[in-house]
Amino acid sequence: MTGRELAGSGLAGRGTWLISGVRLAGGELADLILAGGRITETGTGLTAAGARVLDGAGLIALPGLVDLHTHLREPGREDAETVLTGTRAAAMGGYTAVHAMANTTPVADTAGVVEQIWRLGRQAGLCDVRPVGAVTSGLEGRQLAELGAMADSAAQVRIFSDDGRCVSDAMLMRRALEYVKAFGGVIAQHAQEPRLTDGAQLNEGEMSGLLGLTGWPAVAEEAIIARDCLLAAHVGAALHVCHVSTAGSVEIIRWAKSKGWRVTAEVTPHHLMLTDDLAANYDPVYKVNPPLRTAADVAALRAGLADGTIDCVATDHAPHPVEDKEAEWQVAAFGMTGLETALRVVHATMVETGLLDWTGVADRMSARPAAIGQLDGSSPTPSPALHGRPLEAGSPANLVLYDPAAHSVVDPAQHASRSRNTPFAGMELPGQVIATFLRGEPTVLDGKLAR
Amino acid sequence: MIRHLISAADLSRDDALLILDTAGELAQMADRPIRKLPTLRGRTVVNLFYEDSTRTRISFEAAAKRLSADVINFSAKGSSVAKGESLKDTALTLEAMGADAVVIRHQASGAPHRLTGWVRGSVVNAGDGTHEHPTQALLDAFTMRRRLGRLDGLRVAIVGDVLHSRVARSNVLLLHTLGADVTLVAPPTLLPVAVSAWPCDVSYDLSTVLPKTDVVMMLRVQAERMNAAYFPTVREYSRRYGLDAARMALLPDHAIVMHPGPMNRGVEIAAEVADSGRSTIVEQVANGVSVRMAVLYLLLGGADPGGADPGMGEALAGRAGAGEAGPGQFRAGWLSGKASEAAR
Repeated sequence: MTGRELAGSGLAGRGTWLISGVRLAGGELADLILAGGRITETGTGLTAAGARVLDGAGLIALPGLVDLHTHLREPGREDAETVLTGTRAAAMGGYTAVHAMANTTPVADTAGVVEQIWRLGRQAGLCDVRPVGAVTSGLEGRQLAELGAMADSAAQVRIFSDDGRCVSDAMLMRRALEYVKAFGGVIAQHAQEPRLTDGAQLNEGEMSGLLGLTGWPAVAEEAIIARDCLLAAHVGAALHVCHVSTAGSVEIIRWAKSKGWRVTAEVTPHHLMLTDDLAANYDPVYKVNPPLRTAADVAALRAGLADGTIDCVATDHAPHPVEDKEAEWQVAAFGMTGLETALRVVHATMVETGLLDWTGVADRMSARPAAIGQLDGSSPTPSPALHGRPLEAGSPANLVLYDPAAHSVVDPAQHASRSRNTPFAGMELPGQVIATFLRGEPTVLDGKLAR
Repeated sequence: MIRHLISAADLSRDDALLILDTAGELAQMADRPIRKLPTLRGRTVVNLFYEDSTRTRISFEAAAKRLSADVINFSAKGSSVAKGESLKDTALTLEAMGADAVVIRHQASGAPHRLTGWVRGSVVNAGDGTHEHPTQALLDAFTMRRRLGRLDGLRVAIVGDVLHSRVARSNVLLLHTLGADVTLVAPPTLLPVAVSAWPCDVSYDLSTVLPKTDVVMMLRVQAERMNAAYFPTVREYSRRYGLDAARMALLPDHAIVMHPGPMNRGVEIAAEVADSGRSTIVEQVANGVSVRMAVLYLLLGGADPGGADPGMGEALAGRAGAGEAGPGQFRAGWLSGKASEAAR
């Protein structure tokens, strides 16, 4: 029995839930009945005999969040995160599906490895884990991995990425974009021109000059994005741009979309909030790839997300053990955790600023990423499990209940992730995830893991 | 007085002048028959050097020893920063040994900054990556003031690889604080992209800058920069940005030539320039010891002649033992002229 659970005899089985008086993302108050893994009814004054009841007063219901960019670290770096701990973190953040990046050890570049990760996700049962396949064998940028085999595997991979490394060879990128058209795949590019970022540590600008840290120019990202948009247009393929971080990138993507090209893009919560001046004390918790940029970039990213130029928010959740961050800046690992704070950061940066309403949040954090990952049922290839569907009768019961009135200071010690490298530690953020449902079963209830 | 010296920007104008004035008094001591002061007796200064830099290490070592501190040299050179014991664990080891001050040279920018979170003693940055080298800037300012009598309004040209130079960063910040006018001279490839935000002027042409210069400071050029296309060849660099006798003749008569060392003779500086009467290069080395003595004295001993300062100095003074002459007591004896003479 939880704080918000009012009644329930259990006679109707554990699978039936009545969520009363919740505000749907669209704004109207409604009751929801979840049964058999689906939303069976929405409306007001609903009753369901024997159902467990959850008082939704004051809460917002959003479709379960979908992350296109998660590092679960398993296999290989189980000291940083496992599929189990990472999906616990995802559930706590309101996610019902995450895309696990391929830079594991071994690399997720074969059907065997992607199936292993997919099965670990099924065993954990907290969140659907959709493996991302590597574009090139071993992420080495030399030879295409067996993309078709990964697509045809039980994991049904649709997104391919060498994330962490850029497919910088233009010929290889062209071939990858072309090849995955055969099975409706999309190439998610980590846009970073390697020669322009040799040894790069921090956004190239005033801060990098002052701190004596090798600069990471915006043009290194923008040049690759421009090239890839042109390549995608040339071969009529789908390109997804990972973690866009500069104002110039937003402009290029806006231009590519205006041409009608099949280009989508994501932005991370940290790039929506944090700037490079945080590196002033050389605390590597702020070290991330792509780097934190300037306030002007943050403003452009927010505007791009608001007007739809940037399709979605993706966390780039990158857990690291303490010792990998407790070092000199130059030596420390790149990356930040993000799953457990993403919705709250979007709340602070996009909703509280009036740039997005909750319908917009549902779109940018659930519907659109689900569409890009081909989980929304709209693609010709059958989807293994539907996500990002509107909260209406017949949809799978994947949803998150969020208290927008809550406020608290981020305490990494409370996080479900195995790692603690959150740049939001000590920061007061709005909101709290109260409950997450995956196919009608709570993974989070009363703000705590339900299993 | 500040507790750590990480960046030249940590120093207010008063702090910087106090260090320079103190260094001036300590320099006089070098002429006395007994050059040693008991000021830091019982204190431990660790020289933690991750990079080969004999000249900086021995300068700090001489400074600490002339103040009677116990000196431990911890050389971690050759050990990659990515391997071996972490900086944090090394810091905790030094802490356990009771280091009152850690002088650190490290190839990673920001390493001294990180160290301040792990040790209780004072941290002195002896050069970190491409970030800063504040005691070098202090000894340069000391040398300029000695030679030219003032810092305020002095026109200083810093020439060469500014992008990778910790000496240039610290000098720009300190000289700005002290009222000098700095011009950076370099090929555009060797300037930070946002250099326009720095408190100085920028020029790509050395010859036009020299006639309006009181101090020209030549920076060392690393041959490895050539491989990254910063300039076409060492010879071309030398022709455009090197200081030879012909270019030196463009300087006003009183102007001096400085170099932080080690020099590449024939690259950024010609032998006849390095060995000329304008050159302060050997003097800079001698001044380095006096300035570093002043820094260690003020960080560890406190700036207040009436007693230890209320912060770290007090804690350290307590640790030094009651039987010894405390820094405050002793200071009154030797440091007579307390008033900081303003830089004119």
